[in-house]
Amino acid sequence: MTFDYAPAPESRAVVDIASHYGLFIGGQFVDAASGDALKTVNPATEEVLAEVSVAGAADVDAAVLAARRAFDEVWGGMPGRDRAKYLYRIARIIQERSRELAVLETLDNGKPIKESRDVDIPLAAAHFFYHAGWADKLGYAGYGSNPKPLGVAGQVIPWNFPLLMLAWKIAPALACGNTVVLKPAETTPLTALAFAEICQQAGLPDGVVNILTGAGETGRLLVEHSGIDKVAFTGSTEVGRQIMRAVAGTSKRLTLELGGKGANIVFDDAPIDQAVEGIVNGIYFNQGHVCCAGSRLLVQETIADTLIASLKRRLGTLRLGDPLDKNTDIGAINSAAQLGRIMDLARSGDDEGAERWTAPCALPDRGWWFPPTVFTGVSQAHRIAREEIFGPVLSVLTFRTPDEAVEKANNTPYGLSAGIWTEKGSRILWMADRLRDGVIWANTFNRFDPTSPFGGYKESGFGREGGVAGLGAYLSAEEGR
Amino acid sequence: MAGWPEGGTNGLRAFLHGLPGVDEVGAQGRAAALGTRSIKTSAKVWAVDMSISMVDLTTLEGMDTVGKVRALCAKALRPDPMDRTCPSVAAVCVYGDLAGVARECVGDAVHVAAVSTAFPSGRASLEVKLLDTAEAVSAGADEIDMVIDRGAFLSGDYTKVFEEIQAVKAACGDAHLKVILETGELQTLDHVRRASWLAMIAGADFIKTSTGKVTTNATPPVTLVMLEAVRDFYEVSGRRIGVKAAGGIRTAKDAVKYLVLVKETAGEEWLTPDLFRFGASTLLNDLLMQRQRLLTGHYSGPNYVTLD
Repeated sequence: MTFDYAPAPESRAVVDIASHYGLFIGGQFVDAASGDALKTVNPATEEVLAEVSVAGAADVDAAVLAARRAFDEVWGGMPGRDRAKYLYRIARIIQERSRELAVLETLDNGKPIKESRDVDIPLAAAHFFYHAGWADKLGYAGYGSNPKPLGVAGQVIPWNFPLLMLAWKIAPALACGNTVVLKPAETTPLTALAFAEICQQAGLPDGVVNILTGAGETGRLLVEHSGIDKVAFTGSTEVGRQIMRAVAGTSKRLTLELGGKGANIVFDDAPIDQAVEGIVNGIYFNQGHVCCAGSRLLVQETIADTLIASLKRRLGTLRLGDPLDKNTDIGAINSAAQLGRIMDLARSGDDEGAERWTAPCALPDRGWWFPPTVFTGVSQAHRIAREEIFGPVLSVLTFRTPDEAVEKANNTPYGLSAGIWTEKGSRILWMADRLRDGVIWANTFNRFDPTSPFGGYKESGFGREGGVAGLGAYLSAEEGR
Repeated sequence: MAGWPEGGTNGLRAFLHGLPGVDEVGAQGRAAALGTRSIKTSAKVWAVDMSISMVDLTTLEGMDTVGKVRALCAKALRPDPMDRTCPSVAAVCVYGDLAGVARECVGDAVHVAAVSTAFPSGRASLEVKLLDTAEAVSAGADEIDMVIDRGAFLSGDYTKVFEEIQAVKAACGDAHLKVILETGELQTLDHVRRASWLAMIAGADFIKTSTGKVTTNATPPVTLVMLEAVRDFYEVSGRRIGVKAAGGIRTAKDAVKYLVLVKETAGEEWLTPDLFRFGASTLLNDLLMQRQRLLTGHYSGPNYVTLD
C-alpha cells in the first residue's frame, strides 16, 4: 500500500459567476454598444464559464471620458491621504474575498489553486497596501517635491497573472492620482470584473477605475485613443512593437513589459537541492506562463549530469491535474492557441536535434495540458533556446567558465530575468554586474515583492513596476499644483 | 563501495566539506511548501495508521520507574485498548538501565530502543560509552540511540566522531544503531548535512535529529536535509538508512506533514517503520484521537485515550 493523496478539491461554491458580464464604465456595469460578446472558458475542462461584453470604439470613448471626468473632478485633485484610504480599503477587501478570488482565478486561468491562493491573490493585496502607503508621500519619492499625476492611463494586461497584473497596473496609477481604463486579457476577464465589484464595494468614486473586456481590437482602440495620457502594457514583444508604433509621435507616456528568455545559471558550487527547486519554480511555476521564467538552464559542465538527474527525479514528483485540487502542482495551459504554440516550439526542438524528456504524468482527457518537459543537448542556435515558449518547457545548455555563462545568458534579444546559483557571494555580485536583465535572483527564482521594481532590458521592454522606481511611470516630475 | 574515506581527518574533512551546501532560505521554503499538502479522507486514514506504527514511544526522565516503563510498554503494544485494529508502535525508547524491564514487558512484539553513550550530552569517555551500550544490548535492547560528540564535530575533529560511531556500532552487535546528531546544537543545515553523511559512512542504521533535551528539536527543514542525505547515500551505496525525527512533534497534523516530506524527498520506499520513525510521547494520543474521529466520524477527546 502506498501513500496516495486523496482528492482535495477547493470548493467552487465560494464563487458566484454570472452568465453575462457588461463593461465597467463610470462605476456601472453596462453592455457594449454593439452588443458583441465573447465567451470565457475553463481551460481545465473547456466548460464555458461566462459571456463577457466586447468593448468597441463607442465604449472606449465612454470609458476614457468617464476616466477623464473622474480625474478632473475628483481623483486628480484629491489629497494623497484620502486616495490612500480607498487603496487600503481595496487591499482589505481583496484579502477578505481572497478565497473567492483564488477560486475564480483558477477556474478562469487554469493555474493550480495553491498558486492563486498563496501567490497571486496575496501579492495583489500587497501591491495595494504598498502603494496606499505611498499615496501621501509622493513628494519624498525622488520625483520633485510635488509631482503631478499624468491623467488617464490606458492599461492592457495579459492572461498569465490576471488579478496580479491588474494590481501592478492599477495600484501605482491610483496612488499617484491617475485614473485608469484597463483591458484584461480576452481569456481571463473574470477576476478583473470581480475587481470592478470591489471598487463599487470600496466606494471608489465613479470613473476612477474602468474595466473594458474584449480582445486585441479593444486593446488597440484603447492605446490609440487620443484621450489618454499614458499607456502601460504587459504582454508579447510583438504586440509591444505595434503599441510603440501607435504611440510614436503622440505625447503619451509608455511603459512596456514584454517577453523574456531568462537564464537560470547554476555553478558547480551551488546548493544543489535548492537549485533544483529553483529550476522547478523557475520554469514550471504557473505552467511556465511567466514572462520572467527561467526557461534556459545554464549549468556548469562539471555537474551537468548529476544536476539533470536530480531535476528529472524531482519532476517525477510533480502532480499535474485538476487545478482546483490543493495538491496540484501543474495546472492547465490557458488556451488551445497557447497549447498549439508550445507544441510547435517543442517540435522544433525535436527537429533541430535536441533531446526531449517528459515527466511521467498522465494528462486529463478534457482541457488543454502540456507535461513538464526538459530538452537537453540544446545549443544557442536552436529556436527553443532563443524564442519564448511561454510553457513548461526547459532548455538545458552548459557552460565552462563564468565568462561563458555571462556571454550565453546575455546572448538573447530579451533581458528580463536571470538567476544565479552559487554559494560564493563574490561571484553573485560579479555576475549581477554583467548580466543585462531587469531582475536578477541569487539562489532563488520567481520571487516577487511590491517593494522590488520589475521590468526589462532590450526587447523585454522598458519602465519599471513596483518599488519607488515604479512610481515614476505614473508621475510627472514637473512641479504640480 | 563509493569514494568516501574510511577515516583519517584530512580525507573526512575534504569529503564532508565537498558536499554541496544547503541554502537555508531555500530549504525552509521547500519544507514549508510541502507542509501545505492537503491530506484528506483515505490518505489521512492511511497516514495516521502509518504514523502510529512509526512511533518510538519514549520516556526519558530522571523520574522514570519500573512502573512507568511497564505502563508505557502496555500502551506501545496496544495503543488503543478499545480498538484491536489499531497497530502497535514501532518501539519503546527508554534509558539503558530500564531496557531489561521493557524487553520483559513487550517480548518481541515491538522493538526496545535504549538511549546510550552518556545520553543526552555525550560527555564521557569512549570506554564509558561502549560499556553503556553493551549493557543495554545485553539487557535486551535491540536498538541503540547514541549521541554524537557535538564538541568534537563543531571543532572539526571528524575522526573522533567517526571512530566513536564505528566503535559503538561494533558494541551494538546485532542491535540497530541510531545516531543522534542533535541538530539543535549543530544549528546550520550545512552542519546537518555533513553530520548525516559522517554518521552514515561510519555505519549508522538510522540518523536521528535530536535528543529531545535541547530547545530546538526536530524541524521540517532539518528533517528535509537528512532525508536528502539518506536518498543521496542510497544512490551511491545501495544501502537505505533510516531517519528518525524526534522531539517537538505533538500533533497528528504535524506527523502527516513529516510523512509528506518523506514521500516527496526520499520516496515511498522510506514509508515504513524500518526506515522512518517518530521519537515522541504525547504525539501518540493525538494520533489515536484523530484515528477515532476518522473511523467513527465523531470528535474524540482526551478522556477516550489512555494517559500512561
